[in-house]
Amino acid sequence: MKSTTFSGAARLLHWLMAVLIIAMLFIGVGMVSTVGASHNWLVPLHKSVGATLLLLVLIRLAVRATKGTPPLPADMPAPQKAVAHLSHLVLYALMIALPLVGWSMLSAGGYPIIVWGAVHLPPLLSPDRGLYASLRHLHTYLAYALFLTVIAHLSAALMHGLIFKDGVFQSMAAWRTRR
Amino acid sequence: MPGYRVQDILSRRSLVSLLAIAAVAGGASAAFAYAGGWLSPGRLQPAKIVNALEGHDGKHEGFRRAHAKGLCVVGHFDGNGQGLALSKASLFRRATTPVIGRFSLAGGVPNAGDGRVTFHSLALKFDLPQGEQWRMALNHVPVFPVATPQAFLDFQLATTPDPATGKPDPAKVQAYMAQHPETKAFADYMAKAPLPSSFANANYNSVDAFRFTNDQGQTRVVRWIFTPEAPFEELDKATLADRPRDFLFDEVAGRLAQGPLVWHLSVILPNDGDPTDDATKPWPDDRQRVEVGTLTIDRAVTEDDGPCRDVNFDPTILPAGVSPSDDPLLAARSSVYAVGYTRRTGEPAAASALATDQAFPAPAANQPAASQPAAKESAQ
Ligand code: HEM
Ligand code: HEM
Ligand code: HEM
Repeated sequence: MKSTTFSGAARLLHWLMAVLIIAMLFIGVGMVSTVGASHNWLVPLHKSVGATLLLLVLIRLAVRATKGTPPLPADMPAPQKAVAHLSHLVLYALMIALPLVGWSMLSAGGYPIIVWGAVHLPPLLSPDRGLYASLRHLHTYLAYALFLTVIAHLSAALMHGLIFKDGVFQSMAAWRTRR
Repeated sequence: MPGYRVQDILSRRSLVSLLAIAAVAGGASAAFAYAGGWLSPGRLQPAKIVNALEGHDGKHEGFRRAHAKGLCVVGHFDGNGQGLALSKASLFRRATTPVIGRFSLAGGVPNAGDGRVTFHSLALKFDLPQGEQWRMALNHVPVFPVATPQAFLDFQLATTPDPATGKPDPAKVQAYMAQHPETKAFADYMAKAPLPSSFANANYNSVDAFRFTNDQGQTRVVRWIFTPEAPFEELDKATLADRPRDFLFDEVAGRLAQGPLVWHLSVILPNDGDPTDDATKPWPDDRQRVEVGTLTIDRAVTEDDGPCRDVNFDPTILPAGVSPSDDPLLAARSSVYAVGYTRRTGEPAAASALATDQAFPAPAANQPAASQPAAKESAQ
C-alpha cells in the first residue's frame, strides 16, 4: 500500500528548505534596506544560502521523482486538489528561479560571484547593463511572489491540520513514515 | 468529519482555528514588512541617501549619482611581494594583474566644469586569478567630510540648493556645521589645501580602513595610498572658473598619449590608538608605510567606449586576505552604490561629457567628433 506520508528524505528536505527560504526572504529585504554593518555579512550569507538552496531543490526533485508523493484525500474536491498541485508547482518554480535569477543578475552586473566563503561561480551571462537592471527587479518581484505563495501555503497547511484534519498536514509533519 | 465546503470552513467550530491561522499569516507578513523597513520610515535606508544625492545635484538619468563625470582607464599592477607579509591577497604576489579604472570628479552633474574645489578620484578594478576581484574607489584627499552614513545624509540635505535662490540655505548649512565640527574641519582643509593640477600627479587614498589577513592568520587594520611618479603641481584656485569645461580630463588624456602613468601603492600601518572607524580623522604622516607594488595606467577611453561605465566600484568587493574594517562608511557605501547602480543601469545610457571631445578620437564607426567650444559651467 502507498504510504500516507512523504518519505523521510522529502520531509527532511521540506522542513530544512522551509526554514532556509523563509530566512532568505527576511535576509534579502533586510539587507537591501540597511546601511548598517550587518550589510557586510548579510549579503555574502544571502548568496551562500541561495546557492545551497539551488542544490537542495535539485536533490529534492530527484527524491520526489524516486520516492513519489502520498495521494491527497480521496474525498477532497477536484478543484481544490488542482489548486493544491498548482500551488506546489508555483513553489517549486520559484524555488528554482530565484537562485538562478540571483546568479544571473550578478553575472549581468559583472560582479564576482562568491559563495561559501571561497567558491567562485562562473558567470551565467556576459555583462549587460539593461539586463542587470531587469533581472535585479525580477529578483525582487519573484521574491515577493514567493513570500505571498508561502503565506498562502502555510495557511492552507494549517487549515488541513486544524480544520479539515484530513491527514494532509500529517503527511508532511509526521516524525515517522506511515503506511 | 472533514468538510471541504465553505460552510464547513466558516462554521462556528472552526472559528478559533481560522483566527489562529489569520494571526499566523498576518504576523508573518507584519514581520516581513518590518524586516524590509516598510514599517519604520525613520530607518536610514540606502534609497534615502540616493534620493538626497538626486535632490542635491539633480537626477541625471543613466549616470552615477555621485562622481558622475568620469573617464575610463586601462592598465596593470605589478606586485613586489612585500605585501604578502600583511595580506595573502593575490594582488601582492610578484605578478602582474590587469586593471581597469575610472578617473572622476566628485559631484552628481555629469557635464559639470572641471574647475571645482572637489575630489579628484580614481576607481580601480583588479582582475585577480580564479575570478577574484578587488575593487577600490579612491580620493585624492586622505580624509572624508563625514564619519557616518547619517551625517552623509544630513550633510547632503543641509547643502541642497534652495530652488528659489539656487544656493544652499546658509542657516541650514550653519546648523549642520555646528553639529559636525569634523565636516567644518574638512571644509577648512579643502579651502586651503593645494589641489593637484592633474589627475596624473594626485595621490589616491583608500580613506576608509580595511582589515588585512596574511597566510599565518594574523590580521591588522590598514589604509593605503597610491603616490604618483609625476611631480606634484598645484592648480591655481583663483582661475578655476575660467578654465575650459573638460580641462582636467583633456590634460590627463594628453599625458597618456605621451606614455603610461605610474603610481606606487603603499600600505599604511597605524599606531596603537589611531582611529580605524572614523574616515574624518587622518593618520599622522609618520606612520609606517610598506610599498607593495606599482600601478601603471596605459591609456584612457571615454565612458561611452570604455570598460568602466557599467561597473559598480563597490569598495567591499575584496579578495581573500582583505575585508571591511569597523568603519561604518564601508557597509553604507556598498548598500548605497548598489541602489545607485540599479537605478542608473535601468535607465538608458546617455552620452558622457567627453563623448564628443577632441582629446578622445571617436572609434571609426562613430560619426566624426565635432569640435565643441568648451562651455563654462558654474562650479558647484
Ligand atoms: C512554514 C510552514 C510550512 C508548513 C506548515 C508546510 C506544510 C506543508 C504540508 C502539510 C505539505 C503537504 C501537502 C501535500 O500533501 O501535498 C507541504 C508540501 C509542500 N511544501 Fe510546505 N509547508 C511550509 C513551508 C513551506 C515552504 C517555505 C516551502 C517552500 C517554498 C514549501 C514548499 C512545499 C512544497 C513544494 C510542497 C509539495 C511537496 C511535493 O508534493 O513534492 N513549504 N507543505
Ligand atoms: C531562494 C533563494 C533566494 C531568495 C528567496 C532571495 C530573496 C531575495 C530578496 C527578498 C531580496 C531583496 C530584494 C529587494 O527587496 O529588492 C534579495 C536581494 C538580493 N539577492 Fe536574493 N534571493 C535568493 C537567492 C539569491 C542568490 C542565489 C543570489 C546570488 C548568488 C542572490 C543575490 C541577491 C543579491 C545580490 C541581492 C541584493 C542586490 C542589491 O543589493 O541590489 N539571491 N534576494
Ligand atoms: C557613506 C558615504 C558615501 C556615500 C553615501 C557615497 C556615495 C556614492 C555614490 C552613490 C557613488 C556612485 C556609485 C555608482 O553609481 O556606481 C559614489 C561613487 C564614488 N565614491 Fe562614494 N560615497 C561615500 C563615501 C565615499 C568615500 C569615503 C570615498 C573615499 C574614497 C568615496 C569615493 C567614491 C569614488 C571615488 C566614487 C566614484 C567611483 C566610480 O568611478 O564609479 N565615497 N559614491
